Amino acid sequence: MIDLQPIILSLELAVTTTVLLFLAGVPLAYWLSENNFKFKPVISAIVSLPLVLPPTVLGFYLLVTFSPAHFPGNVLQEVFNVRLIFSFGGLIVASMIYSLPFMVNPIQSGLESLPLTLKEASYTLGKSKFRTLVSVLLPNIKPALLTGIVLSFAHTIGEFGVVLMIGGNIPGKTRVASLAIYDEVEALNYHNANIYALVLFVITFLILLSVHIVNNKFLKSVRF
Amino acid sequence: MISLQLYKTLNTADGDLPLDVNLTIKNGEFITIEGPSGAGKTTILRMISGLLKPEKGHIKVDDVLWTDTESGYYLPPQKRKAGFVFQDYSLFPNMTIEQNLVYALEDKHDADYVKEVIEIMELEALKARYPQTLSGGQKQRAALARAIVRKPELLLLDEPLSALDAEMRLKLQDYILKVHRKFKLTTILVSHSISEIFKMSDRVIRLNKGKIIHDGSATNVYAKKYISGKFRFTGEVLSIEKDDVVYIVNVLVGNNIIKVIETDNHTAPLKAGDKVMIVSKAFNPLIIKIGD
Repeated sequence: MIDLQPIILSLELAVTTTVLLFLAGVPLAYWLSENNFKFKPVISAIVSLPLVLPPTVLGFYLLVTFSPAHFPGNVLQEVFNVRLIFSFGGLIVASMIYSLPFMVNPIQSGLESLPLTLKEASYTLGKSKFRTLVSVLLPNIKPALLTGIVLSFAHTIGEFGVVLMIGGNIPGKTRVASLAIYDEVEALNYHNANIYALVLFVITFLILLSVHIVNNKFLKSVRF
Repeated sequence: MISLQLYKTLNTADGDLPLDVNLTIKNGEFITIEGPSGAGKTTILRMISGLLKPEKGHIKVDDVLWTDTESGYYLPPQKRKAGFVFQDYSLFPNMTIEQNLVYALEDKHDADYVKEVIEIMELEALKARYPQTLSGGQKQRAALARAIVRKPELLLLDEPLSALDAEMRLKLQDYILKVHRKFKLTTILVSHSISEIFKMSDRVIRLNKGKIIHDGSATNVYAKKYISGKFRFTGEVLSIEKDDVVYIVNVLVGNNIIKVIETDNHTAPLKAGDKVMIVSKAFNPLIIKIGD
């Protein structure tokens, strides 16, 4: 019988990462879309780095950063009793950084594509920036929000290098489905590897398919 | 009473241009700002509403300071009692017309006021619909209603009618006048249409290259230029045909083709595509009402 734990762990990781990343990504995307400052290209480049950086590079730096042997890992360990390497918490932090551009970039370009007068109209109606964001801007970029959520989710499911570096492939704790496939292949259990691979393939395909169907409908119904 | 003194550098196609205006507007006045594109009309409205900061100047509405660059005081647009109607309507596509209006309410318990405005603006049949299902005129009527729900003291209209056809324009002009009078608003309209200006405004400000060049009643501002015993139309030469000793010049004026007979020495400098003016002395013009 195949062990379902890695698949459940993958889904848990993807859901938690996506929820937290959404809460962090919307304010970041809004801030980037609203402001134009000298160092904006630097911030944008940092946000986009995970798109091109080999996951092992990111994983390596995170491993070094969170290591309890020195700062800031030792402070986290001693003051907050949090250990981010070889733990599920560490996987979440690493996944959030690794999937950051997949959440921020679609939302940012969604916000930037809205007509400027939409938020100006809301301001002249006496509504605050926060109220305008929640009631006017976000509801009108639903496809971008959905794209950000789904891409982050699918990207986190598909992680390998980062989780291997920082999580260390501990069964039941940090061994997610993508790592389990590698393990099974190394042990020549092609049957099990095949099942894990197929499950990941079907999940990610269905998610992406649903996004394209939903966005197609939305784009047909709204015209600015 | 609104007094304003505004200075801002405009970035136009012809380079930087200083916008420098000084105005006093009486309460309840209907004032139109007119002028060529890039003259700074919209910029003035945006600075009054607080969407744009002037480089220098102040705005004072009924002794309340809205902007004062000297002391760095700047009342945010949310706190200014100014309704703004945009050329592109800017209704929120995620809300029905009624929801758009309710959103504009300052006090949520004031829902009766939304009902009243819906009635005045005759939006009853449209209130459950989404903006993208409405025509341009209906959208602008809804946008005007939404600005009214905010209970503004000052109504700012940025070419609200320029995207509409002639019939719709006339109807909306009536709606604008109706709310201007009913709610005792001070209204500032940006418009290009002379008939609109004559019909609506108490006062016209003509702007050119960032400066006020005329300020007065519509009759005063336009009298010299537009009112005379002559008919004067501008048009475009479509073709020139030779007919025996004369030439027939076909000129397109609006949607009409007018045939003008000319002699050789007059047509010589003309060619198809030229912009021309047709002038005729009218001693006894007839006036006939068309349609309703």
